[in-house]
Amino acid sequence: MDWLNAVVQGTLLGGLYALFAAGLSLIFGVMRLVNIGHGDLIVLAAYLGLTVTTATGMHPLFALIVVVPTMAVIGYVLQRGLLNQTLGDDLLPPLLVTFGLSVILQNGLLEIYSADPQKLEAGALETASFAVGGLNLGVLPVLTFAVAVAVIWGLQWTFYHTALGRAFRAVSDNQDIAQLMGLNRRHIFGVAMALALGVTAIAGILLGIRTSFDPSIGGGRLIFGFEAVIIGGLGNLWGTLAGGVILGVAQTVGAKIDPGWQVLSGHIAFLIILAIRPNGLFPRISA
Amino acid sequence: MPEPILQIQALDAHYGDFQALYGVDMEVSEGEVLAIIGSNGAGKTTLMRSITGLLSNGPSQIKYRSEDISGLRADEVAMRGLAMVPEGRQLFPSLSVRENLMIGAQVGRKGPWTLDEVYKLFPILDERKDQQSTSLSGGQQQMVAIGRALMANPDLILFDEISLGLAPIIIKDIYDALPGIIGEGMSAIIVEQDISKALSVSSRVYCLQEGRVSLEGASDTVSREDISRAYFGIE
Repeated sequence: MDWLNAVVQGTLLGGLYALFAAGLSLIFGVMRLVNIGHGDLIVLAAYLGLTVTTATGMHPLFALIVVVPTMAVIGYVLQRGLLNQTLGDDLLPPLLVTFGLSVILQNGLLEIYSADPQKLEAGALETASFAVGGLNLGVLPVLTFAVAVAVIWGLQWTFYHTALGRAFRAVSDNQDIAQLMGLNRRHIFGVAMALALGVTAIAGILLGIRTSFDPSIGGGRLIFGFEAVIIGGLGNLWGTLAGGVILGVAQTVGAKIDPGWQVLSGHIAFLIILAIRPNGLFPRISA
Repeated sequence: MPEPILQIQALDAHYGDFQALYGVDMEVSEGEVLAIIGSNGAGKTTLMRSITGLLSNGPSQIKYRSEDISGLRADEVAMRGLAMVPEGRQLFPSLSVRENLMIGAQVGRKGPWTLDEVYKLFPILDERKDQQSTSLSGGQQQMVAIGRALMANPDLILFDEISLGLAPIIIKDIYDALPGIIGEGMSAIIVEQDISKALSVSSRVYCLQEGRVSLEGASDTVSREDISRAYFGIE
């Protein structure tokens, strides 16, 4: 039963990792941009949540109403004002610029909020749980997983059933020809980044309710996100959810064997999958 | 002479240090079908890229309905009613046949061409509408590329080497369909290496040679000798 519990808790944790990863997966899929600053943007969203909740006394989940659009606007401006200029045939400039962005974000947050760990206060939601067949499930992890599934379903639906999704795929396929169809790729990229950071906002708030955070933890979240994307296969959003779950289960099962192995066993699972299936489990884009 | 829909004046084009076009002058009248011929590397595709805004141009080099479009982005040019069937078809591989056609309508221009009209023109596309565009034969892909450009309801449509890489029987089918396509008051530029095909559907012809216009004339009066001289540069 303990092992089953570890697997179930790991699956739920995987929902959070999938939320970390969904934004990364989306922007890589649309514009081949690897965003090194993604983890710090998640932390930025958590701090925005902190500011909103302390200023208004709102529940952190309601703060999403403010934080999601704010992050989306930041995403659009960031893409149009900065990241579009780095995109081209060379993969290096976007890596360097987003790395710089990561440094700036970390130090900016440190300057404004200090290095003290912070937490979003969600009251009873933090500890509420219910029993299912002998297992005790936390309401927050279950909610997180449900949100992850809903977000990924929503993104998938947007990609394959809307004009916007069609534009995303067309621009991703061939930028010049998409431009001939009247699509301004700079705008489309801006919208994609806005959507990605909207998802990042959700991830950041749920992270902040689940654990404490400080300005330095972005890098770790970025790694989990990357691993989930790579395990699932590039450009496949459901694969990203599967990747998050595999990573989460590997971590909780590892922690069950020895609490010190939690993070390590996640990395080992990632390494094994990368060795056996270099393109991930369900790749959509051939490398 | 009717108003020109497109006016090109002293157009130069460069790829880095390499100059591909030298002072090209060209005019397309409203409702006219113009052919551009020339050998490989003569600058035909470069000219198409300049007109559509995929290459940036100097000021006042290209005018569309007396508006200077030289400095516009490709999507802004497309919005004004200029569509292209690109060389090599270049469909979007991750879009279905239907989606490839729908994205052509993205510019939001009203006109005679709708999904149903394109299916009427090329019934095979209706049968294959949910397939990935890359699973079609070359000729069917060309139909999608033509349909995609028509969905924009353009006033001026550019066909870049539509017979390239297709079987002669397919080329014939597509050229047989052309009058029905261009008939609706549309102007067209047809870029071809196949000279007789180009002459048969056009009213005027330009020949490009090494980035310069080497011949300009009415399609039914230009002589074979003039063309081979202009085409190959043989004196």
